[in-house]
Amino acid sequence: MESVRAKQRLTRIVIHVILIIVSIIMIVPFLWMIITALKTNQEAISINPFYIFPQAGLHWENFSTVWKSYNFLLLYINTLLLIVLRVICACLTATMAGYAFGRLRFPGKKFLFTLVLIQMMVPSQIFIIPQYVMISKLGAVDTMFGLLFPGIVTAFGTYLLKTGYQGLPMDLEEAAGIDGCNTGQKFLRIMMPLTRSSMVSLGIFTAVFAFKDLMWPMIVCPTITKTTLSAALAKMQGQFSSDYPSMMAGAVLAVIPMVIIYVIFQKQFVEGIATSGGKL
Amino acid sequence: MEKVKKKKKSAALRSEARWAWFFVAPTMIGLIILNFYPIISTIVQSFYRTKGLTGQTFAGFQNYVTAFQDSTTWQALLNTIKYAIIEVPFSVVIALILAVFLNRKMIGRSVYRTIFFLPMVCAPAAVAMVWKWLYNQNFGLINNLFGSNVAWVNDPNITWISIGIIGVWSVLGYNIVLFISGLQEIPGDYYEAAQIDGAGGIRQFFNITVPLLSPTTFFIVQTRIIGALTVFDLMFMVLDKTSQALQKTQSMVYIFYQYAFTNNNKGMGATIVVILLVFILLVTFILQRLEKKVVFYN
Repeated sequence: MESVRAKQRLTRIVIHVILIIVSIIMIVPFLWMIITALKTNQEAISINPFYIFPQAGLHWENFSTVWKSYNFLLLYINTLLLIVLRVICACLTATMAGYAFGRLRFPGKKFLFTLVLIQMMVPSQIFIIPQYVMISKLGAVDTMFGLLFPGIVTAFGTYLLKTGYQGLPMDLEEAAGIDGCNTGQKFLRIMMPLTRSSMVSLGIFTAVFAFKDLMWPMIVCPTITKTTLSAALAKMQGQFSSDYPSMMAGAVLAVIPMVIIYVIFQKQFVEGIATSGGKL
Repeated sequence: MEKVKKKKKSAALRSEARWAWFFVAPTMIGLIILNFYPIISTIVQSFYRTKGLTGQTFAGFQNYVTAFQDSTTWQALLNTIKYAIIEVPFSVVIALILAVFLNRKMIGRSVYRTIFFLPMVCAPAAVAMVWKWLYNQNFGLINNLFGSNVAWVNDPNITWISIGIIGVWSVLGYNIVLFISGLQEIPGDYYEAAQIDGAGGIRQFFNITVPLLSPTTFFIVQTRIIGALTVFDLMFMVLDKTSQALQKTQSMVYIFYQYAFTNNNKGMGATIVVILLVFILLVTFILQRLEKKVVFYN
């Protein structure tokens, strides 16, 4: 009995050691980003490995310099607005279509849903050239509409919500039908509120995707004041190629809002990613 | 009476269909404009040669011939596969082991989870910037720490691995989340029975966890393969235009972007992305075939 206990204890310790090593690997890039952002460039490129921390005080002014020279306020507003609009569009169109595909009978249902599935199988890069041509013909380069454009509807969200609606018990609607509700009322009053968790998942997925997306904002909003945080970082790297503290300060500013939101709403994030299948 | 009922029923069905059409209309119109027209348009475009900024002439298969005769295309396809070979197996195997650990009740579990999941919400642009700085040959933390002098993102023989490591680091959290939710669906009695039979942790892992988790594993592998084959952000951020490793590292989507949006050669860009599409559909098809053989369904 003693030996079994000892063995279990050893296993626990080994597991913790492994988890701690991995934690360090996961966290060091973040720490190094913050530490570098607080150094002078001279300190950052000092090759003495013992100068890991800033020697001559913390240079918080790196943040304000980058903030001003790249107009981060605008970048935050653009990114936030894009996220809000994309989440609204995705949730609205997907919940409607998901309800129809999941609960209603109509001619053409199979064919239309096959189209949804095909869209999900095709890599999204194939849409980009024509989408860009459309946006430039509409004169919407460097606009919020341009940024939003590919995310107005979502095949993946439709699929996700369809699954959500299918999971609801069948007799719900029958009860409502007897009370004299038409299909639209059933949807709005009874069914839609019940798929809230699928909607939250889709919302989180859409928000994280919009935040991380790099190629589309770079193409459609090349002007640095009109674009998103991600695309602005790409520009910044080109310009600050050897000013490491400024680059890292920019990276910190770009990453921090989402990290804070994530830490607060961690449970919802993890559930959202688990149900949306981590398709990012 | 029967007739009236039937009539009522068909009227109800018609009304249901009208509502359904109304509900799917925004999505379907959107998909046609945003996705299906572009698929066709891209394929058509791949048969045209781009001239100047707007002009184009029909060129038949000329773009495809050019693409297949150019070693850059083949090298990029190979680079993409090499990247996937680093990212997919490592991120899946490491995530599976960590998920099994994190599924146990223990001290600090939520702290570990928070840390492991952190990269999921970080923009790849920022992640790549930080890693590029860690990899810096002269001033980077990694070379300083280990006293090495490796050109992590400049050496043609190493860079694909360096970028693959960033990829593993970035997707590990996703895989862990999916594995944990898969693990929670395995009934606990299997393990209890195994324990009574005297099977240790490692035997339980291989005899219970691995087979019962295989649908989840397959799903993750499939998603990751497709994701890895379309890698762009990390390549774009890490590779300098002057990097000596560019040729031996750049992915298919990277050269697609260069053709279509940097060199404004939409015809060649379309050709590259159609080649990639065919390749991905082929891989998807093979995976679907494999599914029946390797996945254990209860």
